[in-house]
Amino acid sequence: MEATIALAGNPNSGKSTLFNALTGARQRVGNYPGVTVEKKEGRYEHNGLRLNIVDLPGTYSLTAYSPEEVVARDFLVAHRPALVVHVVDAANLERNLYLTLQFLELGVPVAIALNMIDVAAERGIRIDAEKLARLLGVPVVPTVARSGKGKEALMEAAAAAATARALIPPRFISYGSDVDPVLAEMSRRIETAGFLARRFPARWTALKYLEGDEQVRALGAKADPRLHAELETAVARLTEHLQATADTYPEAVIADQRYGFIRSLLMQGVVAHTGDRSRLFLSDKIDKVVTQRFVGPLLMAAVVWGLYHVTFGISKTPVGWVEGFFGWLKGAAGAHLEEGLLKSLITSGIIDGVGGVLGFTPLILFMFFGIALLEDTGYLARVAFMLDRVFRAFGLHGSSVMAFIVSGGIAGGCAVPGVMATRVLKSPRERLATLLTAPFMNCGAKLPVFALLTAAFFESHQALVMFGITAVAWVGALLVAKLLRTTVIRGAATPFVMELPPYRLPTLKGLMIHTWERTWQYIKKAGTVILAISILLWAMMTFPQLPEEVQAQFDERCAAVLAAAPAEIAAEIEAAKEAAAEGVELSAQARAVKEQLLTLEAEKAGAALEHSIAGRIGRALEGVSRLAGFDWRTNIALVGGFAAKEVVVSTLGTAYSLGEVDPEESGSLAEKLAETPGWRPLTALSLILFTLFYAPCFTAVVCIAREAGTWRWGAFAMVFNTLLAFTLAVLVYQTGSALGF
Amino acid sequence: MRRVPLRRIRENERAVIVAVRAEGELGRRIRDMGLVPGTAVTVTGRAPLRDPVALRVMGYTLTLRNNEADWIDVEVED
Repeated sequence: MEATIALAGNPNSGKSTLFNALTGARQRVGNYPGVTVEKKEGRYEHNGLRLNIVDLPGTYSLTAYSPEEVVARDFLVAHRPALVVHVVDAANLERNLYLTLQFLELGVPVAIALNMIDVAAERGIRIDAEKLARLLGVPVVPTVARSGKGKEALMEAAAAAATARALIPPRFISYGSDVDPVLAEMSRRIETAGFLARRFPARWTALKYLEGDEQVRALGAKADPRLHAELETAVARLTEHLQATADTYPEAVIADQRYGFIRSLLMQGVVAHTGDRSRLFLSDKIDKVVTQRFVGPLLMAAVVWGLYHVTFGISKTPVGWVEGFFGWLKGAAGAHLEEGLLKSLITSGIIDGVGGVLGFTPLILFMFFGIALLEDTGYLARVAFMLDRVFRAFGLHGSSVMAFIVSGGIAGGCAVPGVMATRVLKSPRERLATLLTAPFMNCGAKLPVFALLTAAFFESHQALVMFGITAVAWVGALLVAKLLRTTVIRGAATPFVMELPPYRLPTLKGLMIHTWERTWQYIKKAGTVILAISILLWAMMTFPQLPEEVQAQFDERCAAVLAAAPAEIAAEIEAAKEAAAEGVELSAQARAVKEQLLTLEAEKAGAALEHSIAGRIGRALEGVSRLAGFDWRTNIALVGGFAAKEVVVSTLGTAYSLGEVDPEESGSLAEKLAETPGWRPLTALSLILFTLFYAPCFTAVVCIAREAGTWRWGAFAMVFNTLLAFTLAVLVYQTGSALGF
Repeated sequence: MRRVPLRRIRENERAVIVAVRAEGELGRRIRDMGLVPGTAVTVTGRAPLRDPVALRVMGYTLTLRNNEADWIDVEVED
C-alpha cells in the first residue's frame, strides 16, 4: 500500500524539522515544474504502508500572493494528496488555524500536528487537543518535532486518515448576512455550469472571486468568459454595497469572519492560559538587546565578521588537505603518464581545473553551515528587520536582504539561488532591482578567486581584505540598485509585513541537511559544468598547437644547453628525470643547467599558449585590459569566468601550470602568482574589483533572464556589469599607479 | 477611548484594532497575519532607524513599516 501525504504549514512552525524527523536522510530535493520553489519529498513506513511525504513550501495563506502559495495550492488541487498534515505552532494557534480553515474550505482531508506543544506549555498555554479535533472534525496530534515526540502517533493518525479515503465535504463558514447570500448565489451558478469544477469546489471558487484572487480569475476568464463576467459583476455589486454601508471590502469581511470563527472556536475551552499573557518571553528579552538601536547594528556587524573569522579559521586545515590531495594526484598522474596531449589534458585540464574548485569545498561547507545557523536561529529575520529602512532608501525591500545574503552578502552564497530567492518579492520593480544587483555579491564562486589573490598579495590581512570585499559588494549593489530604481525601473514600494520568529536553538540534523544540500550543489557543479569547461578551456589553450618548426627550434635550444654542459651533468639530469618521483638531490652545477632548461620550457609553453585560440583572444583584449593592469593570461581567465566565476582560478592555474614541466614543483598557485613579474598588490586589487562586479556567470544570466521574463535583462546584466566593473578597475589601477603603488 | 493610526502607538502601549483600511495586496497580507478588527496589539519595539515597527499580535511578533501601520486604526485607552 502506498499513499501521498502533504506537509503544510506557516513558515517557522517547525514543518521542516518535522519533515526531517519523519524522513531522515531519505529525502529528494527538486523543483516544482516551471517555478524555482524547492520541492522536497521523503518517505515514511508505517505498518507496511508506505507514506510518500511531500513538504510543501511554508505559507500563511492560500491566496495567490506569492509563488509559494500558488505552488502549495496547485499541488493540493492537482495531486489531491490523501491527506494534508498541517503543522501548527501550538503557541500561535489563532493565526495558524487561519490556514487550516482554508484547507477545509478547499475540501482536502486535514490532520493537525500540534507542534512545539512543549514551548506552548512553557508559555502557559494549555490546549485541549481532543476538543479541537471534535470542533474541527479532523485528527489533532500534539508533537514536538525537535525530539520526534508524537511523530508515531501522528503517522498512525495520518495512515488511518489516508487509507480511510473518506470524502471530506468542504467546510462552510458563515461570512455574515451581506456576503452569505451572494456567495450562495455565486456557488449555485458555478455548480450548475460546472465552472472550474475539475479543479476546485464551487463555493471555494466563488470565495476566491470575492477575494479577488488573480489566479482563479484568470483561469475562470479562460474557461467560461460569460460566467466569469457575471461573477465579476456580482462581486462588484457586493463591493459597492459594502463600501456604501460599512466602508469595507468583501475580502476584508471574509478575513474578519474567518478570524471570528477561529476565536469563537478557541473560546469554547480549547485554549487555556495560565500566568501573565503579556509577560516578556525569552525571545523578546533577547530582541530588546539584539535589535537595540545602538547594540543591534554593532552586534550585526560583529556576527558577520565573526562568521568570516570562524569559517576561514576552521576551514584552513581541511582546505590544505584537499589541495594536498590534488597536488599529490597531479604528481602521481604526471609521473605515470607519457609526455603528450593526454597527460596535459589530465594534469592541466582536469586535475588542476576541478581540484582548484573542489579545494574550496571545506570553506563552502563551513560557510553554508554558518549561514544555516543564522537562518535557523531566527537571526536573519532580525537582520531584515533592522536593515529594511536602509534597503527602502535604495528602492529595495527588507526581503531583498535574503536574495543578497543567499547570493553572497555573507560571503559564500551563489547568485543562482539568490536570483531565484527574489521570487518572494511580489513587486516587479523591487524584485528586478534586487535580482539585477544580487549578483554583485561575494558569491562562493568568487571566493576562491579572492582567497587566491588575498593569499598571494595580502596574506597578513586576509580576513580584513575579505571583509572589505564584501563591504564593497554591498555598497556597490545598493548604489546600483538606487541608480536602477531611479532610471530604468522607477516606481513605488511593496508591503513589508513580516513575522519575527522566536529565537530557536537549531537542530543539528536540520543544520546538517541544510549544509549538505547546498554544498552538494556546489560539488555537483564542480563535477559537471566545471569539468566540461575545464576541458573546453584546456582545448582552447592547447589548440592550435605551435607550428612544428617552432617546436623544433625550442627542442634544439634545449639540446644545445645540454650539449654545452659537461657529460656527467647531462647524465645526472637524465637520471634525475627518470627517478623524478623519488626527488633526487641535484648537484649545484646540475641545478643551474636545469634552471636554464626550465626557463626554456616555460618560454615554449608561453609561446604555445599565446599561439592558441585563448591566447589570441587574450592578446586581442590586452590593449584595452592593460588600462586595468590585466595581461592576456588574466583576460583568458576572466573570459573563462563568464562560464562560472570559479573558473577564473582554474584557468589561471592552467595558464600558469602550462608554463611548468617539473611535476615535483606543485607549489600552490598563490605562490606562483606572487612570484610572477607584473603582478603586484595593485593588480590584485584591480582584478578583485573587476571579478566582483563584472558580468554574472552564464548560469546566473540565464536565471536573470528567466526571472525577469525577458532576455533583454540578461543581456543588460552582462553588458552593464562588465562596463561598470571595467570602469572601476581602471579607475583604481590608474589612480594607484599614479600614486606609486 | 481614543482612535488613532497604529503608527502613533507608543512602545509597550496596548491597543485594539478597529479598522484596516488597506485593500489589495497590502490589505490581504495584513489580514493574513491576523491584523483584523478586534485583534489586540502591543508595540514591542522599533528597528534601529525607528522603522519598521515590531508588534506583539496573538502571541507572536510581527513587523511592518510605519507607512503600512498608517492604514490600521486602533483604539487605545486613555
